[in-house]
Amino acid sequence: MTDPDVPSAYVRDKRTPRETREQLRARIPGWGADLDPADRPSYPRLRYDPGATGAHWDFPERQPGHEGRERSVEHAFVTPVFGTAQPLHGVSGAVRRYAYRRFSEGRLAHWLLLVAGDRLDAWGAHLRSFASARPDVPATGLRTEATRSGPHSRRGRSDARHQLLDPVVVAGPWVAGAAVAWTGGRRLVRALRR
Amino acid sequence: MRAMVYRGPYKVRVEDKDVPRIEHPNDAVVRVTLAAICGSDLHLYHGMMPDTRVGHTFGHEFIGVVEQVGSSVRSLQVGDRVMVPFNISCGSCWFCVRGLYSNCHNVNPNATAVGGIYGYSHTTGGYDGGQAQYVRVPFADVGPVRIPDWMHDEDAVLLTDAAATGYFGAQLGDIAEGDTVVVLGAGPVGLVAAQSAWLMGAGRVIVVDHLQERLDKARTMAHAEVLDYDEHADVVVELKKQTDFLGADVVIEAAGAEADGNLLQQVAGTKLKLQGGSPVALNWAIDGVRKGGTVAVVGAYGPIPNAVKFGDALNKGLTLRMNQTPVKRQWPRMFEHVRNGHLTPRAMVTHRFPLEHVAEAYHVFSAKLDGCIKPLILPDAA
Repeated sequence: MTDPDVPSAYVRDKRTPRETREQLRARIPGWGADLDPADRPSYPRLRYDPGATGAHWDFPERQPGHEGRERSVEHAFVTPVFGTAQPLHGVSGAVRRYAYRRFSEGRLAHWLLLVAGDRLDAWGAHLRSFASARPDVPATGLRTEATRSGPHSRRGRSDARHQLLDPVVVAGPWVAGAAVAWTGGRRLVRALRR
Repeated sequence: MRAMVYRGPYKVRVEDKDVPRIEHPNDAVVRVTLAAICGSDLHLYHGMMPDTRVGHTFGHEFIGVVEQVGSSVRSLQVGDRVMVPFNISCGSCWFCVRGLYSNCHNVNPNATAVGGIYGYSHTTGGYDGGQAQYVRVPFADVGPVRIPDWMHDEDAVLLTDAAATGYFGAQLGDIAEGDTVVVLGAGPVGLVAAQSAWLMGAGRVIVVDHLQERLDKARTMAHAEVLDYDEHADVVVELKKQTDFLGADVVIEAAGAEADGNLLQQVAGTKLKLQGGSPVALNWAIDGVRKGGTVAVVGAYGPIPNAVKFGDALNKGLTLRMNQTPVKRQWPRMFEHVRNGHLTPRAMVTHRFPLEHVAEAYHVFSAKLDGCIKPLILPDAA
C-alpha cells in the first residue's frame, strides 16, 4: 500500500481524478464532445484530400506584375499570387531588397536587415510627415490614458514595471533626433555666420 | 476608402486609401462589416515583425459582404456574407491538399517558413488587411465561407482566427481523458483553448495569467481553475505543487512573443528587441509540463530567434507541437460547437471601436486598459 502522502510523481499511478465523467458532464457544457482523438478536425495532421479545398486548378494562374518583385531566395520563383501593398521604395527599399536577394531566411542577417529597413522606412515617413498637415507623433491613442482609466487599469499589475519603459523606448529616439537636429542646426547657423 | 494605416512602432492612424481591385481571376473584393484586433497584431504595432512597412493596413480577423468577384470565382456571388480565414491559401499546393492551409506555398513570395496572412507584414506576403472598409481576398474559392444565418456576427469574426486557434491549440495537445491541461495566457486564444480542452476530455483545466479581468473570464467562460502568477514567486513550482509534482500532462502556450512574467526577458525581448520577443511562456510551458508530456504552441512568434530552453525539452522527452491554425479545417466542427453553446467566442468581446478610433483601440488593447480582452473594429460606425 502506497503512502498517500507520497505525491503521484513518485509512485506507479496518478491519484484518482477529482471529478468523475458524470460530474464533469454535468458541470461543463459539451464535456467530452471531442473525446475521440481520431475524430478531431486536425487529425491526422496530414490528410490528403485535394477535393476538399475548393481549388479547381492544378497550379494557379499567375498574377500579373511579378517581374522584379522581391522574393525569398528559398523560393523557386515569385509565387503565383502575392500581395501588392506598399512596394519597395527609396533607401529602405534598397536595404530590404538586398536582404531578400543576398540572405536566405535561415540567416539572421536577412531578418536584421529587414528590421533596419523598417526603421529607415518609419523615419523617412516621419520626416516627410513634418512637411505635411498631419505630422507624426511618437505614439498614438494616448488620450485613452485619460478616457479609459489608464492609471487605474494598471494599479497593482506587475507589467506596470516595464510599461514605465515605454515612454523611453517610444519617445527616446525622437528626443535624440530632436537633439541631433538642434545641435546640427546651431552649428550650421554658426558656420554660415562666419 | 478609410483604412487603418501603420506609421511606425506604436503609431497607427486612419487614412484614405484606394479601394482594392481584382488582381487575379480568383480574387474577390469584400466590404468589411466587422473586424477585430488580434493579440498578434500587437507584435506588428510594437515593431517586432520584420518587414512591416509604413502604410500597411493590419487586420486578419474580419467578415464582410462580397462586393466584386474575379472571372474564375465559382463558389461566391456578389452580396454573399462571408467569413474569411486569416490564412490565404491556394488549395492546390503540396501543403494545402494535405490540410495545411496555414502553410500554403503559393501565396507568400517573401518567405517559405510562413504562409500568407492578411495584413501581417510583407513577411507573410504583403497583403493589406481587413481593418478597413474593403479588402482584397485572394483565392475566393478556397478560403471564404458564407456565414450561416443563425451565427452571430461577433462569433463569426472570432472564428476567423482567435477562436479557431484556441480550438486548434487544444487539438495539438493530444488531450486524453482525465488529463490535466494548463493554458498559459487568458487572452482570447487561451480562453477558447481552455473551453476546448474540456471538449476533448480534460479532467482539470488550469489557466495562468495575471490580469484579474482575464482570470475572472477564465473562471466564468471556461469553467477553469486559475493561477495568478503575480501571487507566486515561481509559477513553475506552483504548477508542480498543484499537479502532485508530476507537472501538467499538456501545456497550451497561448501567450506568444510578448508574454509577461519575467522582467528581464520582457525588457530584453520586447522593449530592447535583443531577441525575437519574450520566451517566458515557452519556457514556463517546457518547465511546467510533466516528463513525456506535450507542449502545444499557438502563441504567435516571428522569425527572429528566442532564448528557449530546448535542453529541458529534450531531457524531459517532451512532444512539442505547433503551427499557425489551418482555420477552414476547424470550421465545420466548430460551427456545431458554437451552435450548441459548447464554445462561446463572443463572450470575450469587451470593446467595440469605430474604425476612425483605431489608434485608441490599439493603445487600449496594447496597454490592457479598461479591462480590455478583445476589441472589435466597426468599419462603418460613426
